Amino acid sequence: MERLESLMARPTTESLSMERSTTDGAPALEVSGLYAAYGQEPVLEDISLSLPQGQWTAIVGPNGGGKSSLLSVVVGSLSPLRGELKILGRPPLAQRRAGNIAYMAQQERMEWDFPISVRDTVMTGRFGMMRHDPLWRRLLPRRWANPVHRQAVEEALDDVDMTDMASRPIGQLSGGQKKRVMLARALAQRAGILLLDEPLAGIDPPSEALIMATLQRQRRAGRTIIMVTHDLPGARQHADQVLLINRTVVGMGAPETMLSDSMLARLAVGATRTPAGETSVAA
Amino acid sequence: MPLEAFATNLIETLTAGLMMVVGLLPESLAAPFDYRFMQRALLTSVLVGATCGLLSCFVVLKRWSLLGDAISHAVLPGVAIAYLLGWPFFVGAFVTGALTSLGIGAIERHTRIKSDAAMGLMFTAAFALGIVIISKITTSTHLMHILFGNVLGVQTSALVLTLLASLVAVLTIWLAYRPLLLYTFDPQQAQALGFNVSAIHYGLIMLLTLTIVASLETVGIILVVAMLVTPGATAHLLTDRFGTMLAISVAVGVLSAVAGLVLSVRLDVASGGAIVLVASGFFLLALLAAPRHGLIARRWRRWRFNRPTS
Repeated sequence: MERLESLMARPTTESLSMERSTTDGAPALEVSGLYAAYGQEPVLEDISLSLPQGQWTAIVGPNGGGKSSLLSVVVGSLSPLRGELKILGRPPLAQRRAGNIAYMAQQERMEWDFPISVRDTVMTGRFGMMRHDPLWRRLLPRRWANPVHRQAVEEALDDVDMTDMASRPIGQLSGGQKKRVMLARALAQRAGILLLDEPLAGIDPPSEALIMATLQRQRRAGRTIIMVTHDLPGARQHADQVLLINRTVVGMGAPETMLSDSMLARLAVGATRTPAGETSVAA
Repeated sequence: MPLEAFATNLIETLTAGLMMVVGLLPESLAAPFDYRFMQRALLTSVLVGATCGLLSCFVVLKRWSLLGDAISHAVLPGVAIAYLLGWPFFVGAFVTGALTSLGIGAIERHTRIKSDAAMGLMFTAAFALGIVIISKITTSTHLMHILFGNVLGVQTSALVLTLLASLVAVLTIWLAYRPLLLYTFDPQQAQALGFNVSAIHYGLIMLLTLTIVASLETVGIILVVAMLVTPGATAHLLTDRFGTMLAISVAVGVLSAVAGLVLSVRLDVASGGAIVLVASGFFLLALLAAPRHGLIARRWRRWRFNRPTS
């Protein structure tokens, strides 16, 4: 536990500073009139919002309310029917290819049997940037990869306190440890925007504390954090703003006002309207 | 044609290299390889074993065993039609194999039919078409070779095809190693990093089809899926690193193909069957004796865990 506290207290280091400048004034995420559906089931209806850079936004809403779907549209696994979505003023695909967005999925359908070590898993976060490496580096094994990639991986492993387990196969870890590795993979990208889909779901309290401490450091370093969560106390404590979603935007503002009893009641009323079978589409 | 000359030269060089290795073997094992057709069969076996071994890792990790089976069966009508038209058999084989895999994807995406049903449906339909066409042609030994494989009678055109398929497979997996690894491990993340996931998906399926077509004369339609599953499954039991898995899988593929070839000559049995049986033997060995994931190691750990501490 002492180790954990020292980790939380660790000051922001030089290495946390961003590789790319994102200081132009465009919003981190700007959505207007967005509609999306899984087959016949609409999940997002007329979503419009704007999230500023450098803030921690918690997305809160009922299961099947479209929280994860909104992130899915950003990372391209769900195509919108209508509407526009911009990241730092540019289309999401361009920003994803430029490595400006790091995404941590819920990992419900991951094959943990895959023969890969913790370190190599984190390294996959750098694969996008490796497109810009010279050809000869890309044709050689990891040992000869650009030192920038290796350094980013080691720092990210250290950030989530997984350096000791870096050589283990990913399948041998506990649920909380796997989440920490997946967070490390997102951090290794050193992207300006972190998109996190329930990073605290189903994990042990020490891992939860460690992840929250890591995210606080990232927030202090100037990164934008957009996080889908069910953890209301955590959102109250850490988020700069809260976005309430139930198919459409129910509200957006400071945590105190958005997570008040009356606002949550409005969100819950919306939830009872949704048919029961729809909860499965949240993934 | 420069390509043909290049292929012939490459075949000569590779054969010479293999014969140097054979020269190290005891006289009784090396003797059959004095014959030209045996040298050719050996080279084909090595190439098929290596290529199938490479692809096998992706097939096992992506759960594509049934897809591999489907493509290999769907190749039959293509072979029959090519035979009727007097084309090289692999042209027809590749076309119907590729069409079937695309058809499976289309059914899966646009209807409520699940992928395993789509595969079962498409490949049996294609295979039935092949059988009907063949029943109208007078029986041909060549078609029997396609069904069951006969590496001893491999033709030069088939050897050239196998060589080209091996080169394409090795180069593709080398050049696109990282996108392929990430797509196999975590397609969602590959998409999020801006990789063209559907291009990777169909590229891998085309590579699989090419490998199957190139392996037909060696192990045959019915058994080729074994070479696409067994080496990868064996390797998966033996390691927790993807690169090592590729290497082990290639080794198992090559060793099975060569040992199967030698056994089939020695015992005068079908080469395709002999190759697959040797591969299955390797799998059984790994299943029992793999250091971490083997049955014996698991029993041992359980016994150690339950042992009363004194």
